[in-house]
Amino acid sequence: MKFLLRRVGFYLFTAWAAITLNFFIPRMLPGDPVQSLINKYQGRLSTDAINSLRVLFGLNTHTTLWQDYLTYWSNLFHGDFGISFTYFPTPVADVIAQSLPWTLMLVGISTIIGFVLGTLAGVGLGWRRGTWMDGLLPVANFFSAIPYFWLGLIAIAIFGVAIPLFPASGGYDAGLIPSFSGDFIGSAIYHAALPALTIVVSSVAGWILSMRNMMVTVSSEDYVTVAQAKGLPERRVMFGYAARNAVLPSISGFALSLGFIVGGTLVTEMVFSYPGIGYVLFQAIGSKDYPLMQGVFLIITLSVLVANMAADFVYAFLDPRTRQEG
Amino acid sequence: MTLVSPTVRPVAIASDRKPVLEIRNLSVDYGYDDNAVHALQDVSLTLHAGEVLGLAGESGSGKSTLAYAATRLLPPPGVITGGEVVFTSSRDGHGGDLLRMSDAELRAQRWRDTAIVFQGAMNSLNPVYTIGKQLIDGIAAHSPRGQKEAAKRRALELLDMVGIPKDRLSSYPHQLSGGMRQRVMIAMALALEPEVVIMDEPTTALDVVMQRQIVEQVMSLKNDLGFSVIFITHDVSLLLELADRIAIMYGGNIVEDASAREVYREPRHPYTAGLLHSFPPLHGPRRELRGIPGSPPDLMHLPTGCNFHPRCPFAFDACKTIEPALGPTRFEAEEPHRSVACLLHDPAVAPGPVPVELGVRPTETSPLIKESSTS
Repeated sequence: MKFLLRRVGFYLFTAWAAITLNFFIPRMLPGDPVQSLINKYQGRLSTDAINSLRVLFGLNTHTTLWQDYLTYWSNLFHGDFGISFTYFPTPVADVIAQSLPWTLMLVGISTIIGFVLGTLAGVGLGWRRGTWMDGLLPVANFFSAIPYFWLGLIAIAIFGVAIPLFPASGGYDAGLIPSFSGDFIGSAIYHAALPALTIVVSSVAGWILSMRNMMVTVSSEDYVTVAQAKGLPERRVMFGYAARNAVLPSISGFALSLGFIVGGTLVTEMVFSYPGIGYVLFQAIGSKDYPLMQGVFLIITLSVLVANMAADFVYAFLDPRTRQEG
Repeated sequence: MTLVSPTVRPVAIASDRKPVLEIRNLSVDYGYDDNAVHALQDVSLTLHAGEVLGLAGESGSGKSTLAYAATRLLPPPGVITGGEVVFTSSRDGHGGDLLRMSDAELRAQRWRDTAIVFQGAMNSLNPVYTIGKQLIDGIAAHSPRGQKEAAKRRALELLDMVGIPKDRLSSYPHQLSGGMRQRVMIAMALALEPEVVIMDEPTTALDVVMQRQIVEQVMSLKNDLGFSVIFITHDVSLLLELADRIAIMYGGNIVEDASAREVYREPRHPYTAGLLHSFPPLHGPRRELRGIPGSPPDLMHLPTGCNFHPRCPFAFDACKTIEPALGPTRFEAEEPHRSVACLLHDPAVAPGPVPVELGVRPTETSPLIKESSTS
């Protein structure tokens, strides 16, 4: 219990530091949002419009940095990240709320599938090392060595254009309105299949390789031999003794990759024009949309922290040696 | 008034004891091709019911390989190339050749008939399971389903037997000291009351005080429960104390097989004699520690003839060409149960009588190792 509290305290402190940096860094950048809006409309804004924009963005009042900082915190607690320039006048919170579920579903599910498949395959390959199955390793490595954007483009070229099995872009059929209807969900799954497949194919080899190598190492540990000598069923020795210990390093790797689900999918979403948060970030950077960038970065930071915290707790649950007592 | 010294152990006579584990012509290679290392060559050894058989030799002599091969636990690239290992229960006569059993038969036989305590007390327990779980899963694997409660009771009983408090059942291995872990391993090995317990350097990682405690505990449990022990160690002095019989291994062969007292007082093989001169006696006059010149043989490039001849002070020409087989000693009439693999004991090729160091007559007292007669 003390262990849990200490970890939670540590993560709260890290979150505070991240949010504070998120506040200060954009304020050190030159220019202001009104200037960037003027640029966007190429000077075709009247002076009145510019003045009202200044009022809208709160640039007319001269507050201290400290007051800004406190306001920033109070806005955060109200879920107010400001207003996006790109999707003006939609609030940033709404833009993120619309795009985040797409990313979470697509990348989240395919990352989990990649991890589970790769780890199970690694258990099998490591347990039966030295058989024909070792031949699968170079094949898996080949796919993980292909740069991801290239793999995505090839997949679109083959399965989207040459043999049009899957749609080449978008998150759902343009004729449908997002809702929880069967049609819409079916369409969403259909559109997600190809990008999900490419994510799984490119990530699975890494999991296979790390799990297989740990299995080979752990299989020669004395406690595995003891388990064999005890006459335990083979599946029990393989999963309960060998894989149970071999999976520990993979768990931390998996948690890190969960943290990057939100931020690390820029390429996937660009290649497949997928309406996720990576695509939004890409647009925000393209149009110097600072409030949106700030909001997306904050979400990415928090998701990395949450994933790390989850990894810590899962690790403590799986490995009794990491639990500090007393 | 004469009293028979209580420390004198009766010499085990092979014929009146039932064999429980017979290893016959066991050969093991490491590697699969022509460059394979021949780690064991035609090794035969018999363990009798209730006996403590010591297996001694330098590192790389094949002691552990013998234990792993006899239980089919040899890790790759170890390959058993020939021989048989026959287990015969002294209780109800069940058994068979372990090397020819199906996987299912082997799993059923393991732990119930032969259990193993490994060296490295540190690594023999799964770090992520409590010791209770590890004691119970072994018991549960060999008992009918739904006997979890009985298995748990048995686990508590076992901990009690090796002197570990019962509340330690829910401890993880890293919460125990090295000595406690090795006790847990011993408790685990005895869980199903096996007839054969193989101990592969069970005390190597422990300090001497703990070694003593563990060994004494094993011996008293052996007297209570009546299992047989194969005790593997490089510590000959320890074996002299606790084993009934000692087999000395060198370069993948057994070179001498005799009772512990005979090995100590009347070694017949030059290598055995060398081992005995490698540690100081606790009693008696001071003698020079000579050790054995040279180093253990490279199994990749074994010498021709007798493996030991490059290091042997008594080697003669025939040793370089003829490979000695384990056979009777020169004093066969007086000690028919002993065997040795040395050409000095083969009247057909030996250049003369057995050298005086190796020819101490049975019942005589060694001129080199005089026992102190304090009483």
